[in-house]
Amino acid sequence: MKHSAPVGAVRFGAACGLVAILAGCSGVLHPAGPVGDGEKQILLDSVAIMLMIVIPVIVATLAFAWWFRASNSRARYLPDWAFSGRIELVVWSIPTLVIMFLGGMAWISAHDLDPAKPLPAGQAQPLQVEVVSLDWKWLFIYPDQGIAAVNELVAPVGTPLRFRLTSGSVMTAFFVPQLGSMIYTMNGMVTQLNLRADRPGSYLGLASHFSGDGFSGMRFETRAVAPAAFAAWVAAAKSTGPVLDGRGYEALSRQSQGVAPFTYRAVTPGLFEQIATQRLPPGPGPQGDGASPAAPSETAP
Amino acid sequence: MKLLGRLNWDALPLDQPIPMIASAAVAMGILAVLAWVVIRGHFPYVWREWLTSVDHKRIGVMYTLLAMVMLLRGFSDALMMRSQQALAFHSQGYLPPQHYDQVFSAHGTIMIFFVAMPFMIGLMNFVVPLQLGVRDVAFPTLNSVSFWLTATGALLVNLSLGIGEFARTGWLPYPPLSELTYSPGVGVDYYLWSVQISGVGTLLTGINFVTTILKLRAPGMGYLRMPMFCWTSLAASLLIVAAFPILTATLAMLTLDRYLGFHFFTNEAGGNMMMFMNLIWAWGHPEVYILILPAFGIFSEVVSTFSGKPLFGYRSMVIATMAICLLSFMVWLHHFFTMGAGADVNAVFGVMSMIIAVPTGVKVFNWLFTLFGGRVRFEPPLLWAIGFMITFVIGGMTGVLLAVPPADFLLHNSLFLVAHFHNVIIGGVLFGAFAGYEYWFPKAFGFRLHAGLGKAAFWCWLVGFYLAFMPLYVAGLEGMTRRMQHYDVAAWRPWLLIAAGGAAVILAGIVCQIAELWVSIMRREPLRDVTGDPWDGRSLEWSTASPPPAFNFAVMPEVRGQDAYWAVKQQARAQARPPSEPEYESIETPRNSPTGFVCAFFATVLGFALIWHIWWMAIAGLVGAWATFVAFAWRDRVENVLPAEDVARIDRRNRQARSAAPAVLAP
Repeated sequence: MKHSAPVGAVRFGAACGLVAILAGCSGVLHPAGPVGDGEKQILLDSVAIMLMIVIPVIVATLAFAWWFRASNSRARYLPDWAFSGRIELVVWSIPTLVIMFLGGMAWISAHDLDPAKPLPAGQAQPLQVEVVSLDWKWLFIYPDQGIAAVNELVAPVGTPLRFRLTSGSVMTAFFVPQLGSMIYTMNGMVTQLNLRADRPGSYLGLASHFSGDGFSGMRFETRAVAPAAFAAWVAAAKSTGPVLDGRGYEALSRQSQGVAPFTYRAVTPGLFEQIATQRLPPGPGPQGDGASPAAPSETAP
Repeated sequence: MKLLGRLNWDALPLDQPIPMIASAAVAMGILAVLAWVVIRGHFPYVWREWLTSVDHKRIGVMYTLLAMVMLLRGFSDALMMRSQQALAFHSQGYLPPQHYDQVFSAHGTIMIFFVAMPFMIGLMNFVVPLQLGVRDVAFPTLNSVSFWLTATGALLVNLSLGIGEFARTGWLPYPPLSELTYSPGVGVDYYLWSVQISGVGTLLTGINFVTTILKLRAPGMGYLRMPMFCWTSLAASLLIVAAFPILTATLAMLTLDRYLGFHFFTNEAGGNMMMFMNLIWAWGHPEVYILILPAFGIFSEVVSTFSGKPLFGYRSMVIATMAICLLSFMVWLHHFFTMGAGADVNAVFGVMSMIIAVPTGVKVFNWLFTLFGGRVRFEPPLLWAIGFMITFVIGGMTGVLLAVPPADFLLHNSLFLVAHFHNVIIGGVLFGAFAGYEYWFPKAFGFRLHAGLGKAAFWCWLVGFYLAFMPLYVAGLEGMTRRMQHYDVAAWRPWLLIAAGGAAVILAGIVCQIAELWVSIMRREPLRDVTGDPWDGRSLEWSTASPPPAFNFAVMPEVRGQDAYWAVKQQARAQARPPSEPEYESIETPRNSPTGFVCAFFATVLGFALIWHIWWMAIAGLVGAWATFVAFAWRDRVENVLPAEDVARIDRRNRQARSAAPAVLAP
């Protein structure tokens, strides 16, 4: 398809801008919220503690091997030296102490950063989001707003996000690296996740558990916006787009790839529960091929 | 009913050039080797001395050969993955998802089940009876069956290259993706039957080695006099016996789901995919230690021999080995912290996982102190050991990091995880396998490997490993998840390009290894080992000739302490003459038997038939395998007897060569 030059240039510029944002700080070391922040801190602290042993061990290995090389006549040869109670005590103590320390850290942090643990609400009321992973796209239902979005997650900055997640097909995992904590999505089960975005921006979201042929393209943009902008987005979503009901969901749950983001202006209440409890059946897999796609879609680039 | 089940001409991937060319090349290679063997008249020799051999040494060599050939296949897959990811930035690369998904699934399956396992089991087969000072394993014919069933599994996996397809689910076929609804093709069935059949072989090996080590040891070889490799082999075999039935049962449940409409792991009818994950990792985590423990044993032998010292802290090492053996069953949940199990469960398994780092850390320190005060000779086996010690502590560190649940929430399933397990499996298991290969090669074939090319191979592998996998750690921290066929995040690209370069350097290492083998065979006369003890070794395998006679030891060795052969040599040095000649007796050796080979032939037929739903053929295969066992059970002659004169003649020749060589008597 051909575009006029200015439109092409604008698109190219926007694409480059997005790429630059992602290139600068896409990873888990550039968190944009308290969960990612806490986890990054734990990660760095653990590495620092372990490096205090690992580096000396590497140096000692090289040093011992080199000093005691057969050609070094100055090195003392101890052909029968194979036991020392004191050294044994030390070699059992050092790893034990480090692991006790790290284990304590793991215990505390596993509780502090438990994905199911709600974040402190503060002034902002938590936002409920229901996530359904499908072959191969993401469905985000906003039950309180009565809308839904595919392959696009929009959230107000500074508001705790309470996710409930399930899968409408095979198992996969929901992950926004810069917000922290990934979590599995499984059909017939509901997992919980609490996140918060503190900086406005666009963050990469992806499926982080292999789920079949369309897995690599199963990405979504997470946009953290000011509360007012979020309200505006909700209002806009309510005015356009199709309605997500049981039949619409069944069509959506068929396999498709590279679905461009779009929104539903209304969602049947309790749809998420129906998916999670299998009153709406899981996606049909490749046998469902040939049916008309649910939504405006384009093939993967 | 169709006579050939699901099999028809569509099974040939005629539209896909890569698998077609690859399978054609493999078929040509196999045919060329077969033709060479038959035309040159070697077939009777190959049949008599190898295919039907029940000698643990021959079986060990065949296992190792299988592993090395499969390493080439698995590495080709690796090259395809690294090049695909290097190219697939804002593009589809050259492998469509349907093909790429098979490539990474086959890579993992082959590398674990048909490279790492046979390599370790091969070395165990060759070395353990020699180190224990005995003449064979407890059940020699069963041993041959084990090997050939493993070969069947490897054959079936490779058959999927040309006929049908392989699994597109990853190396562990997580349901519901691996269920019939989402994977209707034969790929998962190829996986199931090849792993099941080779798994039976592995289980039989475990039973065989537990029995051998517990019941067959030379006189005086108490448990606390066994070489460390025997201890770690015992631990690995115990783990096999305890863990492989879990794998068999789990895959059997998935098979029932796929073949008979059961609902163990399906979405529908109360199936539960988490049960599969729990069960598969209840096998999968001990499996990691089944691979690494024998490698720890190899490093213990190598570090001690090339330092000219006994292993430091032997008893600590034994305790650490058995502690790891036990703990490995208590940590499986760390493979899925992101399941949402709750903080207490995650914290308990996180802490348990870290506890394994304690005995492992003790082992590293003990190798370090074995070097201390030694006379370290930098022969290729020791280079692999030093490379291992440095690489493995890094892999261990990232492993403990992943055991911290909140860190795992960020890094699970990412390329960081991929980098971590390659760091421990290449840096630990594979380096160990290569160290063992270099170390025991002269024992197996009577000549050393070319040291220069061996060192070149080591350096290429070491540098290549760091280039290929350190960038993946970074890409993982950048948020890149594993198994991506394409991507459009620019930040990931440079790391994937460097990783592809690293894979090329590893390729250079493999070329060096092939050249090393070739050159060594061509120049075997100057590299000949006449003493049977080329490295100034310490354990009993070095007390017999290289290659050892079929009966291993002319007389059963008497063991009076740790490092049994070192003590003998010390005594001989003190008295300035070789040990006096013993009294020879006739020796009974097990007769060769085609049971294993024939049984595996029928198992291959059975597996292939089940994959393609060819039921009459499946029955034929099953009946054939059963009939083979019945025929074996009714055999009349079990053993050959080698008269005492022959034993004496063979042994005198070896003793002569040995005492003529100055190395033994030199201080």
